[in-house]
Amino acid sequence: MISAVIAVIFLYACQGENDVVYARAFTTGKLIYESHCANCHGTDGEGLALLIPPLTDTAFLKKNKSRLACSIRHGIADTLVIHGKNFDTVMPANGELSDGDLAAVVTFITNSFGNKQGLYPDNVLVKDLSSCK
Amino acid sequence: MKALNYLPLAALALLTSCGGNESKTLPIFGNREAVERTVDGKTIIDTVYQTIPDFNFVNQDSAQVTAHNFDNKIYVADFFFTTCPSICPIMHRNMLKVYEKYKGNEEVMFASHTIDYKHDTPAILKKYAEKLGVSGTQWEFLRGSRDSVYTLAEKHYLVSVKEDGQAPGGYVHQGWLVLVDKKKRIRGAYDGTQSEAVDQLMKDMDLLLQEYHGSKK
Repeated sequence: MISAVIAVIFLYACQGENDVVYARAFTTGKLIYESHCANCHGTDGEGLALLIPPLTDTAFLKKNKSRLACSIRHGIADTLVIHGKNFDTVMPANGELSDGDLAAVVTFITNSFGNKQGLYPDNVLVKDLSSCK
Repeated sequence: MKALNYLPLAALALLTSCGGNESKTLPIFGNREAVERTVDGKTIIDTVYQTIPDFNFVNQDSAQVTAHNFDNKIYVADFFFTTCPSICPIMHRNMLKVYEKYKGNEEVMFASHTIDYKHDTPAILKKYAEKLGVSGTQWEFLRGSRDSVYTLAEKHYLVSVKEDGQAPGGYVHQGWLVLVDKKKRIRGAYDGTQSEAVDQLMKDMDLLLQEYHGSKK
């Protein structure tokens, strides 16, 4: 156990500070994704037919990155076009997630399932949340 | 050399004699009672198994569906609701796998009972089915009165369902996929949220179908 902790410390020591922040957010985000999102969106972000959109449309996620935190917290009632298909199932709100959880899960989603957008930092989260509809 | 040749045969004979057909047959679940019947002047004891009773629901096409629609079919039943945010998506992601495997097989059907009788009208069920990629009536999405569906779930399919304002979506229910045979007896229940359990369901469905295709005794 102790040797594992030391190994982790050494690993982190080799990384830059930003890498550590990213790794921490990604790991936390993965746990949140598994407990709050995977039921519907699937463990591989594959979605469910035309009922639940996949999270593999990298262009969509890039374009709508600033809306993700609001959408996760308050749900979605609009029709979304993902991979060229319409999805109009209502997405439920996830009001129980803290700001930190939200930032982490956005970091996880936007760096999984083919997405590679890097860290979603807290200051951007605050800005994005301030413009929730 | 000769002895060697016989060995596999002997092993096979042993295997089949021990395994027999019994271990390859699915168990029959539910209550059962012994009844006395008179056959050819002799009194015999017969076992009566619990079966799914008749019901009268409306499907995604607003058509009446009763237990007779499932006559001579094996089928998989579950309980869900279309706005369910918790276990339903994963159950139906898995059920869809089973449906794809048996699509077009006239001996196999699927019955998804909504427990949200207020919201899930036939039109909503139809939309749900279409989005799931299900057409026709091999997979029936059924709506009935609260009492009829809840009683069927609890007493006959042995699946717990209830309304709960505190639960996400307003209802709680278990994620069992219940396998029913052609005599409407329960032959298995599988956790629809676990892909290994669903793989087992498909194996068991093949086994159950074999019962009807094997040598008639």
